[in-house]
Amino acid sequence: MIYKANIRPAWIVLLLMLLCLLAFTMIKTSDTSSPVNIKIQTEQETTSRVDHTKFKNAAENEKCFKCHGQSKYTYENPESQKTVTKRMFSELVMDRDVFYVSNHREFKCTDCHSEDYESFPHAGNLRMEAIATCIDCHGGDEKYAKFEFEKIDTAFLASVHSEKHNEDFTCWMCHDAHTYKINARSNENLKETITYDNMICLNCHGDFKNYQLLTDKVKPNILKKHEWLPNQASHFTNVRCIECHAKNEDTLVVAHHVVSKKQAVRKCESCHSQNSILYASLYKYQVSEKIQKEGIIVGLLTGESTSIGPDKSNTLNIISLAIFGLTILVIIIHAVLRIKK
Amino acid sequence: MNHQAEKLYLYPVWVRIWHMTNALLCLILIITGLSIQFSNPSTVVKFNAAVTVHNLAGIILTISYGFFFLGNLFTPNGLHYVISVKGFFLRLKKQFLYYTIGIFRKETAPFPVDEDNKFNPLQQVTYVVLMYGFVPFVIVSGWGLLYPEMTLYSVLGISGLDLTDLLHITAGFGISIIMCVHIYFCTIGKNPTSNFKSMINGYHESH
Repeated sequence: MIYKANIRPAWIVLLLMLLCLLAFTMIKTSDTSSPVNIKIQTEQETTSRVDHTKFKNAAENEKCFKCHGQSKYTYENPESQKTVTKRMFSELVMDRDVFYVSNHREFKCTDCHSEDYESFPHAGNLRMEAIATCIDCHGGDEKYAKFEFEKIDTAFLASVHSEKHNEDFTCWMCHDAHTYKINARSNENLKETITYDNMICLNCHGDFKNYQLLTDKVKPNILKKHEWLPNQASHFTNVRCIECHAKNEDTLVVAHHVVSKKQAVRKCESCHSQNSILYASLYKYQVSEKIQKEGIIVGLLTGESTSIGPDKSNTLNIISLAIFGLTILVIIIHAVLRIKK
Repeated sequence: MNHQAEKLYLYPVWVRIWHMTNALLCLILIITGLSIQFSNPSTVVKFNAAVTVHNLAGIILTISYGFFFLGNLFTPNGLHYVISVKGFFLRLKKQFLYYTIGIFRKETAPFPVDEDNKFNPLQQVTYVVLMYGFVPFVIVSGWGLLYPEMTLYSVLGISGLDLTDLLHITAGFGISIIMCVHIYFCTIGKNPTSNFKSMINGYHESH
């Protein structure tokens, strides 16, 4: 009974497991890199690091931001000779910090709005001012050709948004020109792109006040509607709504052809397969960038793992196949030699 | 040469039940795991069916492993998994040379099976690595993938989920390889089927 002095491996494993559990709990509780935290950090960065004064139109714009830059504004009432403080309607409040990191940060307010806004009180007819859409400025412009605004416009016009709400649904519904910041092409952090893009959809589909602007329907409960989706929370944080709810166009980085719910992707293997639609949508930009930087062979061979199920790293597949093949070969040789001798 | 087989009752009922359950579950998990890994609209086992069966088999495997773990903790069967350090590498070498050279010269096995030594040194190491390394690893990483929100968001700059996924498939692959070798080595017995019969009736036939 030489074993008596030794310890059974099960006890060691049990102890190791308990230690691992303890370490995991400690790391998990101190993990600050969850998607929620990323969002908070991003917001903090945008609100604390922007020096507005460096923008050439900052002084000019400040005339507007003086009132529209916060939730209240003050003016002198010439009749009562008093200073009046009023609340600014929330939809008319423009956050300087968000504006000065947006794509249109170099703009002057009056580049798009009438110069008549410079007088106060603003004339009532200014409310009828036509608002420019993306294509009005960017259409046919060589400088912005790579963004393919015309194709985006065509895809949008074919979308269920445009089809159901006609002209009531404009680019502005999703892309407020005061705050819009290019994301999928510039942000290397996929999680941030996903959160940013999904917030655009949730702005209406998750907020009854905004949803009501275009329909009398009762806002559907998104969580309930997606109950069928396994690991719902994980899907919501790892893919964008448009992955399943929009039709992809070959050359567009972000799909704009939003389809009806009946046409939405519901088959698991559409994404979780070797020819996943995600390579043509969510990972499209990353994949094409990688190929451009590292060449087509290296780019495709070392494609990043994406947890979507199938392993797209051919290198690992080749290694595993080689190990498996070698094992079977050795077994066959061993068996043949055993039988022969 | 004495051809009269010596029968040893080595595999108690609980070990046999666990072993068969484990073998069946491993086969199901390998097939469905491969279907998930290389999922394609044309694969035989559809992705969602493969995921459901894989998850279910994984949960049963956890219970079955718990059964084995406790069994090995509190019954004499666990003693077969205790590796004696003294002369360990020498014994390992002896067994390795038997499998690579001696077996073809019809030499007798250096560590014949008896009540105290159910496993030869190579088997012992493999089973310890398998049952106390790969299997708990594949189970823990599997649960991590079943509840992805529980995994770490990021580990050293790599996505925690991707890392769990990679470790899970690597451990699964390791188990599949060990399983192939294990099945082949089972044909090395009194006759090619005697070891398989042992796992049904519990009696080991010496050769």
